Amino acid sequence: MTYLAEIDIMPQKEILDPQGKAVKLGLHNLNMDSIDNVRIGKHIRLEVDAASEDEARATVDAACRQLLANLIMEEYSITMKTA
Amino acid sequence: MELLDPLPTVETARKLGVLPDEFDRIVTILGRQPNFTELSIFSVMWSEHCSYKNSIIWLKTLPRDSDRMLAKAGEENAGLVDIGDGLACSFKIESHNHPSALEPYQGAATGVGGINRDIFTMGARPIAQLNSLRFGDLSLPKTRRLLRGVTKGIGDYGNAFGIPTVGGEIYFDECYNTNPLVNAFSAGIVEIGKVAKATSYGVGNPVFIVGSATGKDGIHGATFASEDISAASTDKLPAVQVGDPFMEKLLLEATLEIIATGYVIGIQDMGAAGIICSTSEMSAKGEHGMVIDLDKVPTRQPNMAPFEILLSESQERMLVVIEKGKEGIIQGIFDKWDLHCAQIGEVTAAPADGMGRLHFYRYGQLVADVPAHDLVLGGGAPQYRRDYKEPAYIKEFAKFRINTVPDVTPADLGDVARHLLSHPNICSRRWVYEQYDSMVGTANRSTNAPSDAAVVRVKGAGIPKTDKSIVITVDCNSRYVNANPFTGAQIAVAEAARNIVCTGGEPLAVTNNLNFGNPYVPEVYWHFVEAVKGMGEACARFATPVTGGNVSFYNQSSDDGPVFPTPTIGMLGLMENPDNRMTLNFQNEGDTIYLIGSPQNDVASSEYLYSYRKVKASPAPAFDMEQELAVQTIVKQLITKKLIRSAHDISDGGLFVAVAESAMAGGRGFAINTDGEYRRDAYLFGESQSRVIVSVSAEQQAGFEQFMQKAHVSYSQIGSVTASDYVVDGQVVIASDTATSLYNNALGEIMA
Amino acid sequence: MTLYTYDFSTYDYYLCPMKVGVVVFPGSNCDQDAVDAFESFDLSVVKLWHKDHDLQGCDLVVLPGGFSYGDYLRTGAVARFSPIMTEVIAHANRGGYLMGICNGFQILAEAQLVPGVLLRNTSQQYVCKNIYLKPQSTSALLTAGLDHDRAYKIPIAHGDGCYFANNEALARLNDNDQVLFRYCDEAGNSTDAANPNGSLDNIAGVCNDRRNVFGMMPHPERAADAALGNTDGRYILEQLLTAVLA
Repeated sequence: MTYLAEIDIMPQKEILDPQGKAVKLGLHNLNMDSIDNVRIGKHIRLEVDAASEDEARATVDAACRQLLANLIMEEYSITMKTA
Repeated sequence: MELLDPLPTVETARKLGVLPDEFDRIVTILGRQPNFTELSIFSVMWSEHCSYKNSIIWLKTLPRDSDRMLAKAGEENAGLVDIGDGLACSFKIESHNHPSALEPYQGAATGVGGINRDIFTMGARPIAQLNSLRFGDLSLPKTRRLLRGVTKGIGDYGNAFGIPTVGGEIYFDECYNTNPLVNAFSAGIVEIGKVAKATSYGVGNPVFIVGSATGKDGIHGATFASEDISAASTDKLPAVQVGDPFMEKLLLEATLEIIATGYVIGIQDMGAAGIICSTSEMSAKGEHGMVIDLDKVPTRQPNMAPFEILLSESQERMLVVIEKGKEGIIQGIFDKWDLHCAQIGEVTAAPADGMGRLHFYRYGQLVADVPAHDLVLGGGAPQYRRDYKEPAYIKEFAKFRINTVPDVTPADLGDVARHLLSHPNICSRRWVYEQYDSMVGTANRSTNAPSDAAVVRVKGAGIPKTDKSIVITVDCNSRYVNANPFTGAQIAVAEAARNIVCTGGEPLAVTNNLNFGNPYVPEVYWHFVEAVKGMGEACARFATPVTGGNVSFYNQSSDDGPVFPTPTIGMLGLMENPDNRMTLNFQNEGDTIYLIGSPQNDVASSEYLYSYRKVKASPAPAFDMEQELAVQTIVKQLITKKLIRSAHDISDGGLFVAVAESAMAGGRGFAINTDGEYRRDAYLFGESQSRVIVSVSAEQQAGFEQFMQKAHVSYSQIGSVTASDYVVDGQVVIASDTATSLYNNALGEIMA
Repeated sequence: MTLYTYDFSTYDYYLCPMKVGVVVFPGSNCDQDAVDAFESFDLSVVKLWHKDHDLQGCDLVVLPGGFSYGDYLRTGAVARFSPIMTEVIAHANRGGYLMGICNGFQILAEAQLVPGVLLRNTSQQYVCKNIYLKPQSTSALLTAGLDHDRAYKIPIAHGDGCYFANNEALARLNDNDQVLFRYCDEAGNSTDAANPNGSLDNIAGVCNDRRNVFGMMPHPERAADAALGNTDGRYILEQLLTAVLA
C-alpha cells in the first residue's frame, strides 16, 4: 500500500525566525500592519510503501528525525493519507 | 527589596558554577545573602567566559604596548591600532567552538555576527574577515557534516552581512573529532577621534537597548539551577541561537550613523551574559550606576523572569547610552533602518569611590541591586592561579631521532608529492572559500594576486580615501604547539609575521584566540602557560603587541581528551605603499628560484612525518628566533629594493610544497635540486622554520646576488622556473596538470 | 546603437550631465561598490533610499547586489515592493535606463521588468569566483559595443543565480536578441563546465524587449579598479554610460 505523507517542518516556537521577522517587516511596509507572528517553515510531500498506516508513519517519523528536520531547532508534524 | 523567592543556598550556587569561596565573597560584597537573580548575575559575570578568571593572570604578561596602540588589551570591545593618516584599525578574533559543535551552521554564523559587532560598536566599519577552523578526521561523516555546516554558516552570515571573507586556515586532526574549533576574525577602520567607547556616565542620560528582541537564548546553567528555587520558567529553552545577518547589516549601518552624530556616550555589543554584562562593564568603566526597568526590554516571549532577561545571549543587540535630550535624533535613525530601540533606564550617580550600583526592576519591584565594579574583570571578579604540570608525553616526543625513519628514495618522491598535495591539511581550500564572498567591498587585492597574507585596501563607505592596505593573516600549527607549546606558540607568531612580510606588509599587532582543554587539568593548564609565555616572548621580539582576543577553555571531551592546544594568532600588518605588494606566484620561465634561510636535517612534526610516515611523536620543528628575524628583515628589503619576483614562506609540507604552490599559482613548472648535505626528506618535506622561497628574474639576479652576499642570512640557488612539470634532481616527480588537479580538487572530492 | 564612442578621459560631462542613482534597499551590500565604480568615471552618483519616492533626476538607475531583506522568502521578493520601486518601474516604463546586478537582477525578475527567474544554484551552494562572460546581443546597448569574440573575466557571488525561463520565453529571448551574456570558459566557449550555477543555456544576463532594462548576475563593478588586478568590468560599465548618454 502506498501512503502519502504531508510533513510540515517549522522552527521551534522559542527559536528566533529571522526569515519570518523580515517578511513581517516587508508586509508592514505594504501597510498590512495587522499581520503579526510570521513564521516560515517547509512543507514536504512524499510517498511511502508500507503494510499499514502505522508502519508508514513510523518510517516517515524516522525520516523526519534523522534527516528532514533538525530537531535541535525545528519541530515537525505529519499527516498521513492513502495515495 | 521585595524577594519573591527563597534565598538560594551554597548548593544552588554550586549548580550555577559559583564556588563556596566565591559565594562567601558575594555575601561580603552585598553585605547580605544574594537573591537568585543576583546570584545568577555573579555566576555569569564571574564565569570564565566573562571574567577570564583562570587565564587573566597569564594574559597580563603578554606585551600590550607600542607607539601605534590606541586602546590597550581588554579596554575596549576590540584592539585599536593607529595606521596613520588619522585612521585606526580595530581588529579581533573570537571563538564559537561549543555552539558550533552542537549546531555547526548557526554556531559558526553567530560567531561571525559576534565578532563583527565587536568591531562596529567601536565605530569602525568592518572591511575584512578571516577564520581559523579545526575539524576532526575528514574520513568521518560527522566531520564532513561539521565542515559543511560551519562553511555554510560562515558564508551565509558573512555574505549577507556584506563584508568579504578574504582568507583563513583549516586543519584536520582526530583530536578535534568531538570538539571542532571555529575562530572568527574581523578588522574594521575608524577615524581616530570618532571611536566609540564602551562606557557610561552622565547622571540622567538615557540607556537604550537596540536591535533584536530578547529571548531565552543561552541561559542554560542558570535555568538549571533556578528549578530548585521556583517554577519561574516553564517554556522550553532554545538549544540554539539563530543568527540574523540581515538584522546585523541594519544594525551596522544604524550604529555607525548614531555614532557619527556625536551624541553617543557609550555603546557595547551584547554577547556573552547579555544585558548584565554590558550594563555592568559600561557602568564600571564610566564609574556610574544605572537603573534599568526590565519591563521595558522588548522580549520574544512573554513573562520572562528577571534572570532570563538579564542573562539572555540573544544575538544582534546593543546597549547604548546617549546624551539626554537627543533621544529623538537617535530614535529617528533607528526608525529609518526599521530597527527597534527602547529606552530601558538611565545613568545614575556613583558614590565618591566611583563604585556605581546597578538597580534592576521587574513589575515595579527591585529585583537586583549589585555594584557594577565588583562584577567585572579588573574589578571584583576573582582571579586564579591554577596548578600546572608538564605532561609525560612531552619528554617522549623529545626523544624522537630522525634516523629512526628511512629517508625517501628518488623513486618515492612522486608518491610523497601526491600524498602531500592532496592531503586535506595542505590541498587548496577552494571548496570552502568559494562559498564565501571574498570580493564584496571591492577592496580585496588578493583575488587576482595570491600571497601569503590577505591584502585589503582601506576603503569603504565613510572611510577617507587612502592608498594604504591592511595585510592580515591567521596562523597556528597546533601540532607544533602540542609537541612543544612554548616553541609552537612562538612559531605561530613567527609564521604570521613571515606571511605578512612575504606579502610586502609590516607586522603591527596581534589578536589571539587561545583554545585549550579543561584549565583545571594541570597538564592542560601547562599547555596554556607555556603557550602564553612563548607567544609573549615572540610578540615582544616582533614588536607586535597583543591587543586582545579570546580564551576558550573546555575544548575537551571524555572520549577524546583535550584538543591540541591551539593558540591561534591573528596578525594585523600594514602596507603603506601599494608598490610593495608581493605575490607568491612564479612569473616567467627561466626565473631563478632561491631558498632564503638554512635547510635543516629536521622532519619533526611535519605533515610528511605525521601522516606519510605515520610517526605522531616528535618535537616541534627547528626554530631559532634570531634566524627568523634576520630572514624577515632580508625579505622586507628584497621586496622594497625590487630584487625578487615572488616570495612564499615554507610551512606545511615543506620546501617542495612551497615551490609547488608558487608554480601552481603562476601556471608554471620548476626544476630544483636537493642538497647532498641534508637528507632528501628533510630538505624537501621538513618543516623547519625561517625559510622563504623567492624567484628572481634575469634582470634582478646580479643585484639580488650582490645584496645577498652582504646579508648575514644563508641563501642558496635551488633551481629555476620552467614551463611545466615538477622536476627534482633531474627527475619528473609529478606533471604540473596532475599536481594542480590533485591540489585543487582533493577537498571538493572528499566533500562531494 | 551607439552613434559614436566617447573618450571618457576627456569628455566634458558638464555639457551633458549624466546622473546615476544607486538604490539602497535594507540588506543591499554592493551599493557602495557600484557608487565607487561609477564615480571612477567622474560621474555624479547618488544613493536612492528604498523608502523614498524620488529618483532625483537620475538618468540611469542601478539596483545593486546584496541581500535585500536578507534574501528571505525569495530573493528580491520583498524589495520589489519597496516604495522607490514604484518610481523605478515608472522610469523603466518611460524608457529610462535601469540596470540590476546580482540581487538587483533578482529584484528585476521578481518585478517582471525582465523575463525569467533566478533559481537556487544547481550545486545548492553559494559561489564566489571569477568567471568568463561572452557578450551576446548585438542590438542591446549594453553589449553591442563590446568585443563579441572576447571572454570577459568578471566575478560572480551568489546562491541563487540559476537563470530559468520557459520554452516560449526562451525562444522569444533568443529570437529578439535579448540575451546579454552567456557564461563561457577562458577561451570563449559556452560549455557546461563553464556554467557556474546551472543557468539555462549559460545565460548570465538578459534585457527586456524594449532594451532599456538590463539584468545580470555577474558583478562588473567588482572588476573596475586596476588596484584589484582586473578591469574587464570597466568595459561593460562604459557601454552602459554610452548607452545612457546616446
